[in-house]
Order: sequence, then C-alpha cells, then structure tokens
Amino acid sequence: MTNAIEVSQLTKVYPTGKGKASLRAVDHISFTVPQGQVFGFLGPNGAGKTTTIRMLTGLARPTEGNASILGYDLATEITRIKKAIGVVPETSNLYDELSARDNLIFMGQLYGVPRPERGQRADTLLRRFRLWEKRDTPFAQLSKGMKRALTVAAALVHQPQLLFLDEPTTGLDVMSARNLRQMIMDLRDTGVTVFLTTHYLEEAERLCDRIAILVKGHIVALDTVDGLKAAAQGTTAIEVTLADAHNRITTQRIEGDDVAAALRAALAQANERQLLAINTVRPTLEEVFVQLTGLSAEVMLAEKGNQQAVIRESGR
Amino acid sequence: MWRDDLRCIFYIALKDLRAYYLKPPNISWGMLFPFALILAFAIRQPGDIRDLVPGLLGMTVLFATTSMEAIVITFERRIGALERLMLAPISLPALLLGKVLGGMVFGLLTVLAVLVIATVGLGLWGANWLLLILALILSAAAFSSLGAFVSVVVREVFEAQTLANLFRFPMVFLCGIFVPLAAMPGLLQAVAYALPLTYAVGAIQQAMGGPGVLGSLFDLLALALFALIFFAMAIRILARRLG
Repeated sequence: MTNAIEVSQLTKVYPTGKGKASLRAVDHISFTVPQGQVFGFLGPNGAGKTTTIRMLTGLARPTEGNASILGYDLATEITRIKKAIGVVPETSNLYDELSARDNLIFMGQLYGVPRPERGQRADTLLRRFRLWEKRDTPFAQLSKGMKRALTVAAALVHQPQLLFLDEPTTGLDVMSARNLRQMIMDLRDTGVTVFLTTHYLEEAERLCDRIAILVKGHIVALDTVDGLKAAAQGTTAIEVTLADAHNRITTQRIEGDDVAAALRAALAQANERQLLAINTVRPTLEEVFVQLTGLSAEVMLAEKGNQQAVIRESGR
Repeated sequence: MWRDDLRCIFYIALKDLRAYYLKPPNISWGMLFPFALILAFAIRQPGDIRDLVPGLLGMTVLFATTSMEAIVITFERRIGALERLMLAPISLPALLLGKVLGGMVFGLLTVLAVLVIATVGLGLWGANWLLLILALILSAAAFSSLGAFVSVVVREVFEAQTLANLFRFPMVFLCGIFVPLAAMPGLLQAVAYALPLTYAVGAIQQAMGGPGVLGSLFDLLALALFALIFFAMAIRILARRLG
C-alpha cells in the first residue's frame, strides 16, 4: 500500500516578540498515512494539530523537516499538491454573498473543473449533502450545520484524492454530525484518504483506521484504535456487580496486574450477596487519551466550548 | 501552472465583482463623491466646467477602485475566506492580481459611465482616445494596487477605510485638480509629484487636449511604476502576514 502522506521531522517554530522565547508549535513529528485510510490526529488545544494541517496544505511554511503528499514534495510542488487535495478548515469560510450553488461553482472554477462538469458536480454535491432546496440561498443565510456541510462539499468539488478535515463536526447538531461521519466513511469506501482532526474521541474511535495523539507539538502515540487500547492494557479492569439481601446493588471495580487474584478475593468477600454480573471493562480511547496526555476528555472539550454538543450526542 | 494562475485571476476578479463591487451603494459612492466635489468647486469658482473633467475622471477612478479594494482583502482575511483562496492551486501574486483586477474593472466601469455623461453632455469629442484609455487603465491599476496595499497593511476593515482616506484626500487637493501645480509652493509641488493622482490627472488632461505638466509618456510610465511598487509591497506584506 502506498502512502498518501509521508512526514519526516516536521517542525514549526513561530517567532514571538523581542526578548521572548519562540513558540515551537510542532516539534519534529514523523508519520505516514497509507492511501485510502482515515487518519485521526488527536490532541488538546495548542497541541499543534491545526499547525500541522496548515503546513501540509501549504498555508504555513515548515521551519524544519520535509513531507510528501500524494508523491509530491511539499517544499517544491505545493501547487500540484493543492490541486490534488481538499481542505475543510476549522471555520466555514465560503462567500456570504454567493448562493450555495455559486460557491460550489466558484470552487470548480478555481480548481479547473471543466466547464460542462461544474454545474453537474455542484448539483450532485448539493443533493448528497441535502442542500438542494437551499441551492439558491446565500451562504450567509444558511444554518450553521448547512454552512459546515457546504464547506465540506466545496472541498470535494474537484474530487480530491486526499481530504483534510479540521474539526469537521464542531458545532454541528447531532443529525448533521452523523451525516458528516457517514460521508467520511463513504469517502473512505471510494478510496479517498482522510486526515481528520477532532476533539471528539468517540468520533475518532468510530471513524479512524489509525490515530496519532499529539501533545505539545510531539506525537506521543500512533497506532490503530485497538493498538492504542492494547498498549493501555495495564488499566484493563473487571467490574463485579452484587446485590445484598435488601436488593441494594453495588458495583466494585477491580484492576491491577493480577486481576484474577483480585477477582477471587472480591468474590470471597461477597459473603451472602448475590452475584449479578461480572464484566470486563476494556479501556476506552478516552482512557488511553487521558493516560497519554494527562488531560481529561472533559477538559479538552471544555477548552473547545463544546461540552453541550457532546452531552447531546452521547445521549443519542 | 501559468494557465492555472490566469484562470484563477479571471475567476477571482469575477467573483469579487459579483460578490462585492456591483452593488448600488458602491457604484454611487464611486461617482457621487467626485461629482459633489467638482460641483462645489464649480459653484465657488465659476469658469469653464470642461477644465474640471480630467480631475473628475481621475477622482472617479481613484474613489471607485479604492473604495472596496481597500476593504475586500481585509474583510476576507477576517472571515477566513482569503484562506480558501490560498488553498487553491494558485500563486500568491496571481491571487492578489485577481483582487486588483476586480477593483480595476469596477473603477473602469464607473469612470466609463462618467466619461459618457461628460462626453455627451459637454461635447468633449475631440479627445485623444488611445491616450485616454491608456491613462484610465494605468490609473485604475495604480489605484487598485494602492487599495490592495492598504488592505494588507491593516488588520481591521475600519482601519482600511481610515488609511485609504489618508492617501486619498491629500491626493485630491494636491494633485492639480483644484489648484494648478505651478501655483503651489515648492514643497507642496514636491509632495504632489510623489502622488499617483498627479500623473493620472496629467495624462487625462493631455488626452483631452489640455497642456499637462509633464509629457504624457512620462505620466503613463509613472502610473505603471506606482502600480508595480504598490503591488510588490502588497505581496511582500501579505506573504509575511500569512507566514
């Protein structure tokens, strides 16, 4: 399998004011993304996720290191790269004054989509993203979810081989976020490589073939979801649920190096309580994340101001 | 790659014209303000109104090109839409050229309307049309590049308007429209020759049979030079800003 992205020792240092230390946003990161995979880039605010995307899409010049995107060298073939990739930035940034359809047509014009195909592709995308009814509505008058969907559609007009998605579901309602996730899975099925940054760990767990966790500009872990969880097996736990004579239910969590011995001890202490259930608790991606970053997922989401969105989602 | 650049220049200009320029308030601002100034001057100092037409045309190009050009880039940078253009397969100079071309076309369309009114209304048929067209195109290029320069220097839209006025208003009063350059003190003359509107008005005056101060070729070259300098400075600043 060939790699869609190859990154080696990529570094970005931002100069700060006189007398202040420069800001090392990304520090010698290296990774590869095989073609046709969904690659997740996770990390708290300020970890360097967006800076990495900005470098890989030509919006910021790396201070050190090199990268190749779809076989093109980042330093010397940026225009070829830009032609072959699609980018969905963190903010929905199309043109307020243009209609939904005209925004897509304009993207087709910029990327050299042949004139007869522009309208056809725009209409197909408008239908696919359920925006057909709003095709003549100016971007400014669309709802937040529709703006996000149109921004994703705009990145697909020229049928890119590689799609960068920076926090694509941030601020979306449950249905819009679900539609977008389904669209990401559909893209993967058609062979498009997806580079995804997200604050939603559940989303990353569901969508990504491989995940890199970035902390303070460094990649601290890179593996499949199962691989990351396996690496965190030390925290595998067993939950024992017991009921006493008055039907009071208690759940006891047992974890440690010798879980079997701990379980025997717990059952011995159960006395006359009724054993209701014994469950193996596998570590979630959230627990892996907490272990690696020292941050809780709640803190990460609160930083982003999206706590409410997540609560809504988890209640689905 | 140059084909990609040419295509993008055209479509960026077209998009800007549709999205920002061709709106009634912009058209009226480009025409009404110079008309009002000229009218006020003509009432205060009656004379042959035809002498004021070159100044009117010069001011119309200046205000029409810079009124929106100065804020379009600042606005798009603020809402993130400029980043959308930078993600496209286009070089930075071509991106900025698309922006400048949009302002130029709008300025030329506006001045064309004024020119038709002035020509028909005042019977100014005997102009050197080739020189006039060249003068107006190069003036539009210089002023639109000035607008682009202003818009990349500032960070906020209101700052763009303030900075644009800092350039525009001294030009209006120093560039030989209301007071002949020869009648100005030496220091003000030196300032006038450092401003592009002086050369725009000079070239238009000569195209319309007036005396001018410098040769028309010199005026045209000066306008082209101003366009290049403003454009180069705008690219340099924008590239540095975008890091």
